[in-house]
Amino acid sequence: MQHGKYRFIVGFLALPLGLYALFVVWPFVQSIYYSFTDWTGLSPEFKMVGLDNYKRMLHDDIFWKSLQHSLMFAVVLPLVTISLALFFAFMINVGGRRRKGGPVITGVRGSSFYKIVYFFPQVLSIAIVSLLFAFAYNPDSGAINSLLRGIGLDHVQPLWLGDPSLALWCVMAVLVWSTVGFFVVLFSAGMASIPADLYEAALLDGAGRAATFFRITLPLLWDTVQSGWVYMGILALGAESFAVVQIMTTGPGGPDYSTTVMVLYVYQKAFRDGQAAYATTIGVALLVVTLAFAAIVMRLGRRERLEY
Amino acid sequence: MGSTSAANHGSEGVGRRDLIKRSAALGLFSVPAVGFLSACASSGGGGQSKDKTGKKTAKNPLGVNETAKMEFVLFDGGFGKEYAQDAVKIYEKDFPKATVKFSATQKIQSTLQPRFNQGTPPDLIDNSGAEQMDMGVLVGKNQLADLTPLFDAPSYDDPNKKVRDTLRPGIVEMGQFDGNPIWIMYYAYTVYGVWYSQKALDSLDAEYPQTWDQMIAVCEKAKKKGMAGWTYAGKYPYYIPFSLYPMIGKVGGVEVLNAIDNLEPNAWKHPAVKACFEAYYELYKKGYILQGTPGLDHIQSQTAWAQGKALFIPNGSWVENESANVIPSDFNLAVSAPTGIDKNDKMPFGTIWASGGEPFIVPAKAANAPGGMEQLRIMLSEASSKNFTSKVKSLTAYNGGTDGITLTPGLTSGVAALKLAGSNVVNPRMQDWYVQLQKEKIGVAGLGEMMAGRLTPAETIQKIQGFADEAAKDTSIKHYKHQ
Repeated sequence: MQHGKYRFIVGFLALPLGLYALFVVWPFVQSIYYSFTDWTGLSPEFKMVGLDNYKRMLHDDIFWKSLQHSLMFAVVLPLVTISLALFFAFMINVGGRRRKGGPVITGVRGSSFYKIVYFFPQVLSIAIVSLLFAFAYNPDSGAINSLLRGIGLDHVQPLWLGDPSLALWCVMAVLVWSTVGFFVVLFSAGMASIPADLYEAALLDGAGRAATFFRITLPLLWDTVQSGWVYMGILALGAESFAVVQIMTTGPGGPDYSTTVMVLYVYQKAFRDGQAAYATTIGVALLVVTLAFAAIVMRLGRRERLEY
Repeated sequence: MGSTSAANHGSEGVGRRDLIKRSAALGLFSVPAVGFLSACASSGGGGQSKDKTGKKTAKNPLGVNETAKMEFVLFDGGFGKEYAQDAVKIYEKDFPKATVKFSATQKIQSTLQPRFNQGTPPDLIDNSGAEQMDMGVLVGKNQLADLTPLFDAPSYDDPNKKVRDTLRPGIVEMGQFDGNPIWIMYYAYTVYGVWYSQKALDSLDAEYPQTWDQMIAVCEKAKKKGMAGWTYAGKYPYYIPFSLYPMIGKVGGVEVLNAIDNLEPNAWKHPAVKACFEAYYELYKKGYILQGTPGLDHIQSQTAWAQGKALFIPNGSWVENESANVIPSDFNLAVSAPTGIDKNDKMPFGTIWASGGEPFIVPAKAANAPGGMEQLRIMLSEASSKNFTSKVKSLTAYNGGTDGITLTPGLTSGVAALKLAGSNVVNPRMQDWYVQLQKEKIGVAGLGEMMAGRLTPAETIQKIQGFADEAAKDTSIKHYKHQ
C-alpha cells in the first residue's frame, strides 16, 4: 500500500497549494517587491528606489500613530472581548443556580434567549453596525446623548467621536459589541464538551462560581481561548478595524489622528494619495506586526494540555 | 476535545508545527491588507493602438474619425447619468457611423485603474466621487491628453466663438497644473459660501451681515431665540474653508490665498489669516456654534441646519440637492459670499469662491481622444448645459444657460451671488493640489481642533504652517504654483 502514496497525496494537494501560492503567497511577494519601488498605482511605470520607502516610514509621525493605535487594538480588544465572552458563556452554561428537579449544571434563567441575543450583532455586516453606531454617537440627536438628556443629565453631553480622548474608545466599543457574541457561542460550545462530573465533584467540594470558573472551566477551555485570541487580534489589526474607523470617525482617522490605524493608512496612501508603493511598505510593516502578535500569543499561551 | 484523539499529540501544548499552521492561517486573513494592492499588478503591455483621425471640417473641428468607436465612462453620483446619456445621443446623431460605449459607475478607480496600468483606458472619463483617481499623479505620469484643442475649437453653438470663451471664470485655469496644457475639463460649476434660510434670517429681522461685528450681532440675536449661529460638518472640518478661504481672500487680497496654495514659507502667518481665524474662533468662544457640532458628519450637520437649529453653514451648491429631503419647502435657501472683517478689507463684499466640479479627462493613451473631446464639446453647448441645470439643479461650466428655465431657490441665489461677485471670484487650489494636506491636516487636525475649542488660533496657525512646510519639503508629492 505504500507504493504511490506520495503521488496520491501530491495529487490532492496540488490544486489547493497552487491556489494558495497564486492568491496568497504571490501577492505577498509582489507587495514586498513593490515596497522597494516608487509605483503610484495609477500608471504602469515605476522604478526601484531601494529602501527609501522604509526610511520615509521610520520618520513618518502618522505611521507611528497608526502603529500605536493598531497595537492598542490588538491588545485591548481581545482582552476585553474574550473576558466578556468568557463571563457570558460561563453564566449561560454553568453559572446558574441549581433549580429543583433540574440538572446539576445549568445556566442562568433564560440563558437560551441570551445566547441568541448575544449572537445577533454577528448577523449584521460590520458596515451596518458602524453606521448604526455613528448615528447613536451623534452628539446632537443621537441615541446616547438623547438618553443622557432623558435622565436629566443635560450637562453631560460628550462629543463622542468628535473628542480626541474618547474617539478611539468609542470605536473599540463598537468592535467589542459586534464580536462578543461570536465568542460567546464559540466558548459555549467548548464548555458543553466539559464533562459534567468534573463540575459535580467541584460542587461537592464546596467550590463557588469563581473557583469553578478559574479552576475548571478556564483551564479546560484554554485551547479555544487561545485560538479566539488570535482570531480577535486579526480582526483588530485587519479589515474590521478598517471598516469601523473608515465609516465612523472624523476625517476619517481623526480627530487629530486620534483613531488612525495601519490598515486605514495603507488605504489612504494607496487610493487617496496615489502612493501605492509606500502603501505596500506600510502593508509589510502590518504583516510583521501581525506575525509578531501571533507568535507572542502562542508563546505566552503555551501550557500543558489537559486530558479529560 | 475528545479524550482519545488528543492523546498522541504529546503534552507540549501548542507545538511548533501548530504555530506555523496558525501563522499561515493568520497570513490568510491579513493578506488582503497587503496583497490587494497587487491585484492591479502593473504587468501591462504596450497598450492599444490609436484610431486614425478624421478630416477636420467646420462641423467636425476636432477631426473625429466618423467610424471609430468612442468609450465614455461616467461617475454615477449625485448628478446621475441622464445628462450624459442625452449628450451621447447627440454624438450618435452627429456621427451616425460611430458606436458609443457608455457606462456609468461609482467605482471609478477600481474599474479604471487596471486599464490605465494596461494602457487601454477609455476615451472620456468623469473622474469623480469617492474613488477619484489622483489627478496630480495622472498628470505627473503623463497619463492625460492635453485638452487645448478642445478649448481652442469653435464652440458648438457659435462657430465664431472658441469654446474657452464660452466658459465661466476659473474653469480653464483649474484644468491646468503647471504650464499651459489643460488636462481637466470641469463640467459642473460649484458656488461655495455661507448657506442659510432667508426665512430664518427674516424672522430675526436681520439681513445677511457684511462685517464681522454684524455677524456677531446676528448670531447673538439668534442665540436669544434659542438658535445657534453656525454649524458645520464637524467630522469633515474641511468644509469650513468653503467660507473661510474666500474670507481670507476678501480680507487680505487674493495674493494671500495664492501664497498659501504655493506653500510659501509663513503664508499662514499673514495678518489676514490671523484675523479670519480669530473671527471664527470667536464664534466658538461666544457659544454661537451648535452644541455637539464637532461630532456631526456633513449630513447630520446639514439636517440640524435645515431643521432650524443653526442659522449658517459653510457649504457648496450641492447642498440643495443633497439635503433636498430635509429642507422644508418654505426654507427659502440662499447663499452668500462670506462676511468680511470690516471696511478695510482688500476686496469688496461679494468676493466668493466658485470653481469647477465633475472633472472630465481624456486619457493620453485613449484610442479615440478626438472623440472624447468632441463629446465634451457637445456637452458644453447651451442646450446640453440647460439640460444639465434643469435636471440636476447645478450650474455648468458654460457661462449662461440659465435663461428660460425655472431655477430652484438655492440656484437662483447662487446665480445672484456670482453676479454680485463679478470678477471677484477666488479659486483656492489646496483641495485639488494637496488632498492630504487640505483634508486631514489643515481640515481635521487644524481647523477642526480650533473650532472645537481645543486649539487657539495662534496654535492652529503654528500647526498648519508646520504641515504646509512639511508638504513643501515632501519629495513624494508633486508641487504646483499659481500661474
